[in-house]
Amino acid sequence: MQKDFSNIAIAGNPNSGKTTAFNRYTGARQHVGNYPGITVEKKEGIAHLDGIEVTLVDLPGTYSLTAYSMEEVVARRVLSEEHPGAVIDVVNSGVLERNLYLSVQLMELGMPIVLALNMMDEAKSKGVHINTERLAELTGLKCVPMIARKGEGLDDALRAAVELAKETGGRVAPLEISYGTDIDLCLKEMVPLIEEAQLLTKYYPARWVAMKFLERDEEITDRAAKLNPELAAKLQAKTETLTSHLQKTAKTYPEALIADYRYGWISSILKNGVMKGADDISHEDRVAFSDKADRILTDVVMGPVILFTVLYLMYYVTIEVGAIPNEWLSGFFDWLGGTVGDLMGDGPLKSLVTDGVIAGVGGVLGFVPLIMIMFLFIAVLEDSGYMARVAYIMDRVFRFFGLHGASIMPFIISGGIAGGCAVPGVMATRTLRSPKERLATILTVPFMTCGAKIPVFLLLVNIFFEHNRPLIMFCITLAGWAAALLVARLLRSTLIRGVPTPFVMELPPYRYPTFSGVVIHTWERTWQYIKKAGTVILAISILIWAAMTFPSPPAEVEEQFEVNKAAIEERQATGALTEEEAEEQLTELENSDLQQHLLNSFAGRLGTAMETITSPAGFDWRTNIALIGGIAAKEVVISTLGTAYSLGSIDEEDVSLADSIRNDPHWSLATGVALMVFTLLYSPCFVTLMVIKQETAKWRWLFFSLFFNLAFAYVLSVIAFQLLK
Amino acid sequence: MDADVLSLRSLKKGQKGIIRTIDADGELGRRIRDMGLVPGIQIQCMGRAPLKDPVALRLMGFTLTLRNREADHINVQV
Repeated sequence: MQKDFSNIAIAGNPNSGKTTAFNRYTGARQHVGNYPGITVEKKEGIAHLDGIEVTLVDLPGTYSLTAYSMEEVVARRVLSEEHPGAVIDVVNSGVLERNLYLSVQLMELGMPIVLALNMMDEAKSKGVHINTERLAELTGLKCVPMIARKGEGLDDALRAAVELAKETGGRVAPLEISYGTDIDLCLKEMVPLIEEAQLLTKYYPARWVAMKFLERDEEITDRAAKLNPELAAKLQAKTETLTSHLQKTAKTYPEALIADYRYGWISSILKNGVMKGADDISHEDRVAFSDKADRILTDVVMGPVILFTVLYLMYYVTIEVGAIPNEWLSGFFDWLGGTVGDLMGDGPLKSLVTDGVIAGVGGVLGFVPLIMIMFLFIAVLEDSGYMARVAYIMDRVFRFFGLHGASIMPFIISGGIAGGCAVPGVMATRTLRSPKERLATILTVPFMTCGAKIPVFLLLVNIFFEHNRPLIMFCITLAGWAAALLVARLLRSTLIRGVPTPFVMELPPYRYPTFSGVVIHTWERTWQYIKKAGTVILAISILIWAAMTFPSPPAEVEEQFEVNKAAIEERQATGALTEEEAEEQLTELENSDLQQHLLNSFAGRLGTAMETITSPAGFDWRTNIALIGGIAAKEVVISTLGTAYSLGSIDEEDVSLADSIRNDPHWSLATGVALMVFTLLYSPCFVTLMVIKQETAKWRWLFFSLFFNLAFAYVLSVIAFQLLK
Repeated sequence: MDADVLSLRSLKKGQKGIIRTIDADGELGRRIRDMGLVPGIQIQCMGRAPLKDPVALRLMGFTLTLRNREADHINVQV
């Protein structure tokens, strides 16, 4: 059971300065991972103290140790199963009473704790005075004052924790406070039974396990029921007897009483000469500043105006400024592809390296500047405390669709204002702490008008809506919003059904974000994207490349191409054609060869075979191939369409594709609208799909996004086509 | 119920009160208690979001927001 106690865990409430302390301790020597199967970040790092290395584990910020959020389950598991030698419990001294609620639960769990009284300076300026010695005396804990932002008290706390780990071996006698006669008596009956059967006592104190039964903590009761169904049923029965007794006599529940007594214990200690000056709840310095700021920032009129300005600026800078390094990167990869291509002989290997590998890696890395800038903003908004206000202001609107106030951020980033990107958008949902609302947000942000869909819209709008271009582009953006919100609503009443996660959220006082905190956050999240998305997407880009390249057309076609080429060259040599004419004819010939290649490839055959299915939406094989390519990356739609019209490689400013479509009798307004609807709504690109998998930790949601969105887009584009035909 | 005990939903901006009862159980009850909302605690209404929901409260030296539907479970003596 007891392994090595050199690990020290850092626990604390959100907004207690816990992460600042962790960053101060470890600097860049951090390792960020995910706990298997869930999306809670696992952070470890090495701190140096008096010449020795100490491994620190940063627990997720939690208010409590119940099992309702993933963060809490993870915190509890790390404490009981990974068994750190001691815990540094970082508390916000200005909000000591509520912060100690977590400390009490750590003590009930039998953890050796160093209480790090953080933000002592803020507390003092609020007029709150804390008598550290008295607090240590009454709680029996080592108490260390700390100002993590300035680096004060960090070494003292760590030294105390290391000593404590050596003294205690990672466990102390659990705190046993009274929860009232009824509960105490019940616990007294349950504890010997649990001890005798050693039910979970390998990990937890017996009294704690008994308490979790009374608190109806499903994680523990389910585990107990699996290990020892008989005893679990017995304990459950005792819980029910007690619950109905408490219901009759006091109209309360055991868990409510336990909480009351915990707060009672805390309050009795604080009033016993520990804390002074906190009686008047509204006389506070920093909070007073925050209150004044909030009077404007959450005002009925100014609040939303400022909010949308901030979001717009953030969106604008992310997309516009992000486009600059993005261009450098894609320029670099074009150059690399060209240079490498020149060094290699023609053939499938060259095509694999340049069109498959280099283009694929370039595609993934092209998103990196966007993601970095987006995370930089999010880190600033979160650390400053403004993000909580965004959720507060927007909640009423988003709740109607089964989402959360904080959902607005991912929607905007994904293209809520046309031109975003769903990759950073999906990743931005990390700020949502409600799992159902977060999942619904992840699955619906890909409906937004991301930057890669825009060229398709521009092309079609130019052709079919020449006179109403801005209006139609605006309508497309609105259609994206409508689709996302309505699907969110649909999902929340079907697949992700359930009552809304309670919205009980702290509005932390405004603070200046620390530079190192923002940089570390941004970098670790970006690096995670590069690592995880990079490997898989590379493999998939190669797959897509292969599907659009192989098999080659039959040998006769190639021979005919060579014959025709030779003929043109000969006629030029004999003077029958001028150099210009010959060049023109050669280009035409090469383009038609490319078209043949595409038509003959797997993707081409699939596109042709699918004409029967897609004809109700008005799509021919050319459009089908382009849309298949678009699953790899939406940017590909236009260029593939160009190849299919045998125009060679083109971009959206090229008029030739627009002309080809205009002159093609197959295309009508109905086809154009149907294609716009389909492009807006169909499967997210592969990068987005991978990020969905990464953020939900489930393949299921990747496949859901792929197939549901395809079906949804198909049905709506068929309707659009049939109505307009 | 006493005349001066009212639902948290009807608390006006700036009004102070002491929590008397909380009739929520399960996840909601636990979330509320985890954040320090327990009987006997003094709270003050700091205002509401532009669309009148959620509500912002001050207690124990920090600001907490919750939706009206959650506030309905909490009764306050003003």
